[in-house]
Amino acid sequence: MQRVHADVVVIGAGGAGLRAAIAAAERDPKLRVALMSKVLPMRSHTVAAEGGAAGVTRDEDSLEHHFHDTVSGGDWLCDQDVVDYFVAHCTEELEQLERWGCPWSRRPDGHVNTRFFGGMTIQRTWFAADRSGFHMLHTLFQTSLKYPQIRRYDEYFCAELIVVDGRARGVLAICIATGELICIEASSVVLATGGAGRVYRQNTNAGTVTGDGMGLAFRAGAPLRDMEFVQWHPTALPGTGILITEACRGEGAILVNKDGYRYLQDYGLGPVDPWPRAKAMELGPRDRLSQAFWHEHRKGRTLDTPQGPVVQLDLRHLGAKKIHERLPLITEAAQTFAGIDTVKQPIPVCPAVHYTMGGIQTNVRCETPLRGLYAAGECASVGIHGANRLGSNSLVEIVVFGRVAGESAAEYVRATPQPVRDLSALAQAPAERLRAMLDRREGERLAVLRDAMRDSMEEGVGIYRTESGIRATCAKLAELRGRYRRGVRLDDTSRPFNTEWLSAIELGFMLEVAEAMAHSALERQESRGAHMRLDYEARDDARFLKHSLAHYGGDGAPRIDHRPVTITKSPPKERHYGGAGKQAVLS
Amino acid sequence: MRTIAIECLRYHPETDRAPRVQSYDVPFSDDMSVLQGLQYIKDQLDGSLTFRWSCRMAICGSCGLMLNGKPSLGCEHFLRDYYPGPLRIEPLNHFPIVRDLAIDQSDFLRKLESVKPWLIGEPPQKGTHLQTPRQLDEYYQYSQCINCLLCYAACAQYGLNDKFTGPAALALLHRYNADSRDHGKQERMQVVNAEDGVWGCTLVGYCSEVCPKGVDPARAVNQNKIESTKDYFLRFLAPRKGA
Repeated sequence: MQRVHADVVVIGAGGAGLRAAIAAAERDPKLRVALMSKVLPMRSHTVAAEGGAAGVTRDEDSLEHHFHDTVSGGDWLCDQDVVDYFVAHCTEELEQLERWGCPWSRRPDGHVNTRFFGGMTIQRTWFAADRSGFHMLHTLFQTSLKYPQIRRYDEYFCAELIVVDGRARGVLAICIATGELICIEASSVVLATGGAGRVYRQNTNAGTVTGDGMGLAFRAGAPLRDMEFVQWHPTALPGTGILITEACRGEGAILVNKDGYRYLQDYGLGPVDPWPRAKAMELGPRDRLSQAFWHEHRKGRTLDTPQGPVVQLDLRHLGAKKIHERLPLITEAAQTFAGIDTVKQPIPVCPAVHYTMGGIQTNVRCETPLRGLYAAGECASVGIHGANRLGSNSLVEIVVFGRVAGESAAEYVRATPQPVRDLSALAQAPAERLRAMLDRREGERLAVLRDAMRDSMEEGVGIYRTESGIRATCAKLAELRGRYRRGVRLDDTSRPFNTEWLSAIELGFMLEVAEAMAHSALERQESRGAHMRLDYEARDDARFLKHSLAHYGGDGAPRIDHRPVTITKSPPKERHYGGAGKQAVLS
Repeated sequence: MRTIAIECLRYHPETDRAPRVQSYDVPFSDDMSVLQGLQYIKDQLDGSLTFRWSCRMAICGSCGLMLNGKPSLGCEHFLRDYYPGPLRIEPLNHFPIVRDLAIDQSDFLRKLESVKPWLIGEPPQKGTHLQTPRQLDEYYQYSQCINCLLCYAACAQYGLNDKFTGPAALALLHRYNADSRDHGKQERMQVVNAEDGVWGCTLVGYCSEVCPKGVDPARAVNQNKIESTKDYFLRFLAPRKGA
């Protein structure tokens, strides 16, 4: 087995991983930084983020506004000390991206422009047309090439964390092209592997979003926090789940049901006028909008398509010029994938799983409970999203906390130097398990188990949940894990570029992450943010103003317990959207 | 559901001396992309068929393939348009094959790095540069490259001589040179002027035709031929610092 040494190994080369690698390299230029990803950096799912990134810039805006929007958007499950740190560092990170060349859209005077987003009081979303994530990712990747101490391991699949004496000391990975195993021995590990949306059938996520980092940390003993909070984006194309950005609504698009009625006014987001106004109607938060769709469907007021029920997202009144200038990507996507000309026709849309609010528990320094292990971005739960993330908080999260994770890891390496240690003996057992997957002559097809998992998650841990439904999914997942252990039979038993083997490893992570979601959902007997229980319809601060922690239970179910939420200056109140308000002037 | 025959090029580095073709019958609905056809084969028929994919919405650049001989993204083309078939799927031209439809991208990554694709010069200490929408327009088109490599598969010159820097990397070079915030043009002129820089291009223009994002690398290369010519004559007038 090949052995390599590094000071910091970063797993995942999307926005958070690249930012972490650059931060570690800048904090101490002598550090050897290994940056590993199962895809080329520019293929990472950050690339598909469309709308933009939040950072306070306007004179009428303030950090307090951003704080309160985030905390109420998260239904008071955010750690407020962490939100304070977050909002205070958003703008400087977005400015840093600008100085690295990110082509943010501009106002006529040359300053960076901002747009409205759901749940935000003021226009504070920086955007690069509707390709914001694409431009952030390419800017970070291209900038990272300036740092010779960042050594990339492109198309290496991280399969196991190696822990010695309670410290993360390296990883076991597969070089995808050859199928050879490699052990990277490091003093610290940063996980930046993204979310887990692919545990559901209908999702907006790339095929790579399989919860690998969550699974790696979970198995190594780091708890997963708030996993029951899964965000449905209200506007995706039915069937494929391709994302139609919230920026459409930020620019003034409206949602109507099959009767042409702006149904959101029936769900605590109205009245319709004056339109547009902040935090009302289509500029409400994602959890409320996806929940409203669910009710409309139950009332028979959605349209039927071969791909399922839809409502209509109407951009036509924005006019061709604005549509092409501000929303070129989704205009292209609607044409290609739905045959819709957004200038002339409304887009059929429905909710699809988009984001995992929960993740690997970290503090504000991105430290996990496992020493030497850091996490940032969607794979982490640093505490800013609570029960529902506001659009445009995650693209800025990846740079704010990507930087923190890189710096924290670099400082840890400097403060507590770890002796070089040969980990090959420790890597042997997991390496054998990986190789054995190729040798099975019996078992089920991968796709059968994967599809059964996805269907069961849609069924029992969907937008609205009940105890019996969640229990059925928990039972199904336990059964599927048993079948997975008994064996997946691969058609491909060779080593070079064996993507079927990688998918089987990913499925192992997904089943365990899905189980953490389902069991956390079962224990939370209240409705809060994106976690809606039909059997417990109200928020219950007395019992559940607390984080859920899922602890790995080996072959059995995870153990769930709870921890307090940090409240500093904003005591829980009722979440309030819609109502009276000033008409906004869109820039 | 109709059925189409998909003929895939297969190559395994350990067991095949040369690429071969394997045909699969794939049932499809009208909304199924070519990528979904490949996924159907992988899930249901043959888990050993190897190809790259990720975002399935034409922004990550993973699934570049030759579809009936034309460089294309598998996710944004639909099986219905190739009916009754057969549809021939091959890895992108001009690159070594790692396995089946997956090519070796490392040569492109070296070229990408060679054009110094980052802002050069002293940025403001704090805050941001000012850049008007008009200045943004000067380079924005060239910043939209998704690195899918379709243009290299379309480039006859790269097929003949893989030293040629090639369309996407030269377009990216132009993206930074044309950015009002950048001061690295002189550093990058060495790449532009080199025999394998812009002068390698023979102006066929197929790169721009196949680009799924309208980047128009051919135009970027030609603008740099003008720059390179100016640079050549200027050198006689005012020798460059450090040159």
